[in-house]
Amino acid sequence: MSESPPSPRPSVLPPPAPEHLAELYRQMFVIRRCEEEAARAYAQGKIGGFLHLYIGQEAVAVGACAALQPDDYVVTTYRDHGMAIAKGMSSKAMMAELYGKKTGCSKGLGGSMHMFDAATNMLGGYGIVGAHIPLAAGAAFASKYRNDGRVTLCFYGEGAVSIGGFHEGVSLAALWKLPIVFICENNEYSMGTPLSRSMSVEDTSLKALGYGVERDRFFADDVNLVEHRIAAAVKRAREESQPTVIEVRTYRFRGHSMSDPAKYRTSNEVEEQKRRDPLLLARRELVDALGEERVKAIDAEVEAEVADAVKFAEESPEPDASVLEPTTYDGPFAA
Amino acid sequence: MAQMNLVAAINDALRLAMKADDRVVVMGEDVGKVGGVFRVTQGLYDEFGEDRVIDTPLSEGGILGTAIGMALYGLLPVPEIQFADFIFPGYDQIVSELAKLRYRSGGEYPAKMVIRTPVGGGIRGGLYHSQSPESLFIHVAGLKVVCPSNPYDAKGLLLASLRDPDPVLFFEPKRIYRAARGEVPEGDYTVPLSKAKVVREAQGSKAVTVVAWGAMLYEAIAAAEEAEKQGVSCEIVDLRTLWPLDIDTVVESVKKTGRVVVVHEAPRTCGLGGEIVALVNEKAFLHLEAPPCRVTGFDTPFPYTLEMDYLPLAHRILPAVVATANY
Repeated sequence: MSESPPSPRPSVLPPPAPEHLAELYRQMFVIRRCEEEAARAYAQGKIGGFLHLYIGQEAVAVGACAALQPDDYVVTTYRDHGMAIAKGMSSKAMMAELYGKKTGCSKGLGGSMHMFDAATNMLGGYGIVGAHIPLAAGAAFASKYRNDGRVTLCFYGEGAVSIGGFHEGVSLAALWKLPIVFICENNEYSMGTPLSRSMSVEDTSLKALGYGVERDRFFADDVNLVEHRIAAAVKRAREESQPTVIEVRTYRFRGHSMSDPAKYRTSNEVEEQKRRDPLLLARRELVDALGEERVKAIDAEVEAEVADAVKFAEESPEPDASVLEPTTYDGPFAA
Repeated sequence: MAQMNLVAAINDALRLAMKADDRVVVMGEDVGKVGGVFRVTQGLYDEFGEDRVIDTPLSEGGILGTAIGMALYGLLPVPEIQFADFIFPGYDQIVSELAKLRYRSGGEYPAKMVIRTPVGGGIRGGLYHSQSPESLFIHVAGLKVVCPSNPYDAKGLLLASLRDPDPVLFFEPKRIYRAARGEVPEGDYTVPLSKAKVVREAQGSKAVTVVAWGAMLYEAIAAAEEAEKQGVSCEIVDLRTLWPLDIDTVVESVKKTGRVVVVHEAPRTCGLGGEIVALVNEKAFLHLEAPPCRVTGFDTPFPYTLEMDYLPLAHRILPAVVATANY
């Protein structure tokens, strides 16, 4: 990373309760292992199309969702597997969707970029960059209109900040004072183009100034820190109905998608980043708090869950063509 | 029953829907205090307040995008796009999100809304205030498209559109906003979607089916009256819902007349007329006595000075009808 964002170290925070940290670690590890298995299945041709992995960024989704109530809403980008799991969707529904199976969260009709789960208020992954940002503002409008006290988290990459949808969404949320938190997961690359060549400023949270809303910026190394900083913005949204624009600096260890060998960055850079892997940092902290044996037991539980999810996806049936039209329109289609 | 024009009938439908259902919110540029550029939403702001009749900035992508988010969480937004020509900054939201949400969420998150927008030429609006973009939406699976020709249908179709489970684009022919007048019942009623209406029946053997909608329906009627004098009888079908269309009513008429002329303002190429002709060929080929014919706008931008040549007015429909009858 070229510059250090102002980032208070965890020493200023109360240490996480060990059992809470264990849960955050467990979620991050589920995401990591699910995606490693998805990458393997992709290489075997069992998952097709595009697969954008979240590996390296897990602390953002898990820390942010930990700051929410179950009824709160999450809207995110196409890099959405981790977010859906952090919001509470089952790894089975996620994996089956990647495999294009009928038991997937979107009946196998969507695939990787379409993680929806009404039961957990996971409002989906969106494949058109930035288009989901006004949509998230609309969800927050509905909360305010009904006075139901819910908060919407809207995630996007730094690449979306240059698209009109970002401006329209944040602008309306600021104008209407909506209970929403805009969270840029700045992983430094818009596909293959580095931040320095895609935007005139390095800090995307600066955009908040033009809308007159609060902003924040920090690294995603420490999942506990992510939770606390997002929680402050969630509180502002819930109690004052005011939006916040946040930049979380993070890094994806894999390419943009499975078809991207990521030759635009050096292996040294990636190795350097992996030393800050939020999953390993959380694991180290958890071993200190609960001991190696307990953490190994958690790891074994996660391995079993992920193996189950893969088996479930492998064995589930594919949807047949009869579902196409009824899923496009509510009723039978004429003409 | 009260005499109303199209504007008053649509306004009446919106007021009824808002009274009956607090999920309904109206939003758009100038729709609140001003009452809309064509005054279609006049009075709603005073009656229902700024939380339900929302003045937005100039932000079509933002209007439609936030409306989708509202719909996902159970509101029933009725965004107005000030002119259909301005819908394109928000086109991505309609094509990529609105139309596809039911499908790509496996049916979990249908996004229901009715997008209202004035369409069509005839007000000397030039190329940014005159277009008829229905085909660009019909081509996108997941959307329904409605275009009323009279106040009775406008109110009934709008109320039906609000109750229909799928997203609807409600195209209002602005040329006849005030010119089209008629009796409109008080209170609630619906005109079913996907049901065309035969507004004039053909008599005799030399007959032609004319399919039209919106403002062009009146041009078709005027042409039919002239054709009658030349011994050609027209059966006129007002399509009312453009998609999914009531092809059965069209085909039934063509089986009777053996001839069809389709009229629309939009450019000819890949216009809805092409699809209707294809469907007639598939479903009534052996009944045809003449090649199906289209009278349409041209494949050019919508002109300012040559508006009355561009539009498929009665003087262009008449020779097409007569030639088809005499083929």
